[in-house]
Amino acid sequence: MATSDTALTDSGGLPPSDEFNPFAGVDFQGLEKSLRRPRTLLDLFLSGVVLVMTGLALIPLFSVVWMLLVRGGRKLTWAALTQAPPAPLEPGGGFGNAIIGTALMVGLAGLLSVPAGILTATFLAESRNDSRLAQVVRFAAKVLTGFPSILAGVFAYGAVVLLTGGFSALAGGVALSILMLPTIILTAEDAIRMVPAKMREAAIGMGATHTQTVWMVLLPTALPGILTGVMLAVARAAGETAPLLFTALFSNYWLTSGGRLDFMQPTASLAVLIYNFASMPFENQMELAWAAALVLVLLVLALNLVGQAVSRRQHQQA
Amino acid sequence: MATTALAPNTISQPPSGAQRTANTAFLAVCTICAWLCLALVALIVGRITWTAIPAIRQHGLGFLVGRHWDPNQGLYGILPEIWGTLFSSVLAVIIGGAFGIAAAIFLSEGFLALGVFAILRMFKLEHHPFWASVPDRVEDLLRNLIELLAAIPSVVYGLWGIFVVIPLMRPAATWLHGNLGWVPFFGTPLSGPGMLPASLVLSIMILPTVTALSRDALVAVPSKLRMAAYGMGATRWEAILAVILPTASRGVFGAVVLAFGRALGETMALAMLVGNSGRISVSLFSPANTLAALLANNFPEANRKDVGVLMYAALVLLAITLIVNVIGSLIVQRASGELEAMR
Repeated sequence: MATSDTALTDSGGLPPSDEFNPFAGVDFQGLEKSLRRPRTLLDLFLSGVVLVMTGLALIPLFSVVWMLLVRGGRKLTWAALTQAPPAPLEPGGGFGNAIIGTALMVGLAGLLSVPAGILTATFLAESRNDSRLAQVVRFAAKVLTGFPSILAGVFAYGAVVLLTGGFSALAGGVALSILMLPTIILTAEDAIRMVPAKMREAAIGMGATHTQTVWMVLLPTALPGILTGVMLAVARAAGETAPLLFTALFSNYWLTSGGRLDFMQPTASLAVLIYNFASMPFENQMELAWAAALVLVLLVLALNLVGQAVSRRQHQQA
Repeated sequence: MATTALAPNTISQPPSGAQRTANTAFLAVCTICAWLCLALVALIVGRITWTAIPAIRQHGLGFLVGRHWDPNQGLYGILPEIWGTLFSSVLAVIIGGAFGIAAAIFLSEGFLALGVFAILRMFKLEHHPFWASVPDRVEDLLRNLIELLAAIPSVVYGLWGIFVVIPLMRPAATWLHGNLGWVPFFGTPLSGPGMLPASLVLSIMILPTVTALSRDALVAVPSKLRMAAYGMGATRWEAILAVILPTASRGVFGAVVLAFGRALGETMALAMLVGNSGRISVSLFSPANTLAALLANNFPEANRKDVGVLMYAALVLLAITLIVNVIGSLIVQRASGELEAMR
């Protein structure tokens, strides 16, 4: 005890003296961590609580994946992937047309939203001194990320279905593109902003115009980050159901008329197929719903994992 | 001689007229795209309002307080749906918010990395080239796993809810109703779909939003505050509860508000799990309905007249979610600005 006292006073820069001891009355043992004190116990208890809650939060993820593998894996055959949906009580069948429908509508949505999103992101990242317009657009994009997906469907219904007079893949694509746009804008802007300033300055110093800088330096360098955003947006769009329910509707048939692709008729999609079949009282349809869910989740998870990997690599490089 | 002939033409030259035009055009296109994004938001609001106007004229504000939805009798009221939307979202935010913030604290304060590090030190592996990077990787993995919760499509959660959550919940719900039936929350039996399974699944869906945004806020707390707290002798949790959480509180609150906005607009899981029956009840086991589920169920078969009414309902949903989202975004934005200034 005495030695620790002198050590402490020494480090405080005060001369050791008998009359003046600034640490008189200090309970030094009380400063040590003891497992019997309430504050240490509370600390341990709360850490445990947080650990358990985090663990509980992950249970649904594992439960969903497990159920998908068990119930969906059983039915996941080549026939299920390539055939059209069965009629009620009919055995067999599959969801091949829904896979194609999802791919087509997501592709269409990508065609609409990716170029517009990247150009907007370029504007946001390059606008000088963060102009008023840039701030407003960025805020609008942030608000749009939380925009209920069903309202995108309502809008596409009002803007496309009512005008063209019928449910169609086009309407579905438009609805999905609204949901993809904000993700693409925000991630692409981040990616462009992460390009080191010296590269931009070098390009401008060499006399490149603004456009040349963007096309030859900024966009190629930011490409991994932009791709991540596109993949996340595609993953989100592929899993969306609500905006397709009453824009693309559903169809038991292939998306062709007279041997050609037809964008103007009701179109099947994996997500809507799951929704429709899950509430049917037929065993075969329920099994198909699980198998389709497995395909959809595998697709979405793969896109997410690849996206995460790409963005991590970019972060390491930067 | 040769160099002077080469220099002005090939090595360096001012932008040609075509390049200048291309430059101006490209910048103009970018600006137009930015304006288009704003126009899109305006167009969405405008289009929905425009289609809803006839119904607004016809039904007026009585639409918002009417208790019955019966197209055959021409009765349209969405009070039960508004109630269901708010009730399910509040329940989801309570559950998802608690778990989400807990996970955010767990992830931001390095509990897992420290735990793994302690285990490594037991085996004297903490300086090993491979094992030394494990704590960080484990924490990254956990964060990615929680983000993956958000990646699962909501219709798959709905399917999972029908086949897993409801059967699991029914015995407990029956017991609660049987023994504690006098509590209003347990006032009705769980016959299948109902408010609690729907809210529980909804809370799982908003949890990643809460976790990701709260974690951002917690990580942004300047490390000098953290160090000062530890230097004063605070335990880890004393530092978290007295210093870190209060400093990040606004960001965490914004995260919860944004998650609430998500919950309000979520459709599929609710349409599959909530029971689609327009009644107002505080019972957790009673079937109910939400605005989004109402739209999802009625739009596909709607005729011209119904479309106007449904658009009115969509407009109400749009107004509620837009207000909540704008408030949430503003809070998050201001909070991150404040933390930035503190550095």
